[in-house]
Amino acid sequence: MLYAILCYAHEETVFAWSKEEEDAVMAKLYAVQEPMARAGKLGPTGRLMPTTAATTVRKGKDEPLVLDGPFAETKEVLLGFYTVDVETLEEAVAFSKELSKVNPGSTSYEIRPFYVFHPGEIKT
Amino acid sequence: MTTDIAWIELALTAARPQALGALLRYFRDLDTAEEAFQEACLRAIRTWPDKGPPRDPAAWLIFVGRNSGIDAVRKRSKNDPLPEEEVLSDLSDAETDIADRLDNSNYRDDILRLMFICCHPDLPNTQQIALALRIVSGLSVPQIARAFLVSEAAMEQRITRAKARVAKAGVPFETPGAQERAERLGIVSSMIYLIFNEGYSSGITNPDNAAFCEEAIRLARLLLRIFPAEPEIMGLAALMLLQHSRAKARFDKDGQIILLEDQDRSLWNRALINEALALLDKAIRHRRPGPYQVQAAISALHARAATSKETDWREIDMLYGLLERIQPSPVVTLNRAVAVSKLEGPEKALELIAPLAEKLDGYFYFHGVRGGLLMQGGRNRQAREAFDRAIALANSPAECAHIRQQIDKLGAVASPVE
Repeated sequence: MLYAILCYAHEETVFAWSKEEEDAVMAKLYAVQEPMARAGKLGPTGRLMPTTAATTVRKGKDEPLVLDGPFAETKEVLLGFYTVDVETLEEAVAFSKELSKVNPGSTSYEIRPFYVFHPGEIKT
Repeated sequence: MTTDIAWIELALTAARPQALGALLRYFRDLDTAEEAFQEACLRAIRTWPDKGPPRDPAAWLIFVGRNSGIDAVRKRSKNDPLPEEEVLSDLSDAETDIADRLDNSNYRDDILRLMFICCHPDLPNTQQIALALRIVSGLSVPQIARAFLVSEAAMEQRITRAKARVAKAGVPFETPGAQERAERLGIVSSMIYLIFNEGYSSGITNPDNAAFCEEAIRLARLLLRIFPAEPEIMGLAALMLLQHSRAKARFDKDGQIILLEDQDRSLWNRALINEALALLDKAIRHRRPGPYQVQAAISALHARAATSKETDWREIDMLYGLLERIQPSPVVTLNRAVAVSKLEGPEKALELIAPLAEKLDGYFYFHGVRGGLLMQGGRNRQAREAFDRAIALANSPAECAHIRQQIDKLGAVASPVE
């Protein structure tokens, strides 16, 4: 089953990490991802900029409305995602638990199965 | 569950402006609000590591701070005990609800008010910066004192005086109207940029001070979260992100200044640049240009050029022209002269800055830029005079050393004109 693992956290704290804290956290998170990647189970991953960089398009009366900021004003915001291809939900939960353990912040991981998935063509 | 203490500190700092702002509105007295916030933080440090952080740290701190604050006021007469911590933490959901109901509608103006009271027009710039760093950012007095290179006692006194000045002026508690809110935003934006520049201009010479750049960016992001559709705040954030993206490239290992065109662009922080470009794109959609947006747009043209040779000087010249119209200042014209020299040569640029000589006579950069232009034009004797004048006006040893390097270059080339 293909899952998206969506990471929610307080952005004020995450973006206040010093370079050293940031590097230490990222190194630990990469170490958790590495075996998944080696097993060919890890798809596209990404980290998002602060919500201040976000723009939201909503249905308007005639033309769609373009609004500054994220879709929802919530305490914890979507800051990143993983995509994984695993046999069972248990495996996705176990991976998320590993991520959670090495992440000192209060990040929550939402595990959502894909309905449709296209890996896309973007080269970075 | 255990929570990292460093994370708790980050969370407390992040929640500070909203929580302290709400407590200030509630108690209508800065000292009481600060005491209450401090008390709430101490409780957070005691309870969060075991119970885990609340989902909404600011709401938790407001709730606990308000209770402990009330208690501190009561204590003076009755000596009531504080509520048990266990009770507080178990009430996590209920307290969030209460605090949300009471404060969510107001928190935007709370944060703005907290920042705004630091910008009292009677306070000199350095005191505004010190007060904002103390009150809004929660930096300690020793930290601020180190950055300003004064003793802790002197800084303590400075901040106490500034606070007294603010208290005497009276804190504006009524909800501001649209016009007044816009004015406050403008004033607070300038204060944030002052904090940034305090860090930026001292650069490598004082690391305590350099942290101000990051603090200013944090405050700008905060302001943008509560006022998400203000293009000038997007511009301000973008401008600071772009300038800060070059932090690693601005000085060599000896602390000497490296000019933009000579910087190793691979040392520029691409993540910060990309965030700035995203913000600038958003700002431009509003079609309400302002000084921060234009300055950010100029800075972005440098960031977009893979090498200094590829810089779009024509566009930069045009943007400085726009800036001269919306915010006329001899310093803007001086900056424009650099673009003009790239496009039309040093003589044209010298013509442009000649009328500024009187106004900018006491300004380091004026003589530095003028010296550089004269040198390019081969007028070495005059260049030497301008550089001597710049050295006399230098604000830091790094600036001084940079001009000396220019003078050395002069010596190496025989003057073809004089």
